[in-house]
Amino acid sequence: MILNQFLILAAVLFCIGVYGVLARRNGVLVLMSVELMLNAVNINLIAFSAYLRESAGNVFALFVITIAAAEVGVGLAIVLLIYRNLHSPDLDRVEQLKG
Amino acid sequence: MVVQNVFFWVLAVAMVLGAIGVVRSRNVVHAALYLVVVMAGAAAQYILLAAEFVAWVQVLIYIGAVIILFLFGIMLTRAPMGGDTELDNDQRWPAAVVSIFLAGVLGTLLIDAFGKKEIVISGAKGTKLLEVGKAGNLADSIFTAYVVPFEVVSILLLAALVGAVVIARRD
Repeated sequence: MILNQFLILAAVLFCIGVYGVLARRNGVLVLMSVELMLNAVNINLIAFSAYLRESAGNVFALFVITIAAAEVGVGLAIVLLIYRNLHSPDLDRVEQLKG
Repeated sequence: MVVQNVFFWVLAVAMVLGAIGVVRSRNVVHAALYLVVVMAGAAAQYILLAAEFVAWVQVLIYIGAVIILFLFGIMLTRAPMGGDTELDNDQRWPAAVVSIFLAGVLGTLLIDAFGKKEIVISGAKGTKLLEVGKAGNLADSIFTAYVVPFEVVSILLLAALVGAVVIARRD
């Protein structure tokens, strides 16, 4: 296996996640796209860990997974609050600070 | 070598199709289930790279916990269950241009930087690879070299949990 096949798979997943963050309106779906991007980063970390024979990449992938779980918890709480205040999970309606 | 490559490509195609499903699906619940495909594929890729512990953590935390959290979020925000055209905003084409441009830049950079460098998985070096992902070795490095980041992450998790409760609580 060459290193690049993993890196390019991760890059493709990351770009699909970027598309989702930019194009989705529903808050939960935006968070799902962010998870796609974090997964792509994890694939990169594990691929480099295997390439360099270093367990540091594995450890950092574990940290990323932990932080992703924390991020989803806080993010969904925020989306829930937006839903409660605006009666819709659409992020486009959050425009009180718009000039 | 060949067997691993066949597995890699099957998984890679499934993951990319699943990811496209996540960002293009017109049904929110289907998007969450497509996300399961991507995450299970990532766990299988970790097993291909001999990172067994991270693979099982991925299955437990992502597929087990995060997806359930997403499904609860979908339920609590009463997202439309049927087909819905209102899930996307009107910047679909600019978003596609940005992400294709980013894919081009990243792809060129990666091919230029790493070319045909191989991950050696056979012979004596392959045995070393099996050592890298073992739970015991990971525990050793977490509790020696990375013990400070580990403690910081645990405090961050606590803060995130308390914060989520405070934000979502009804006053």
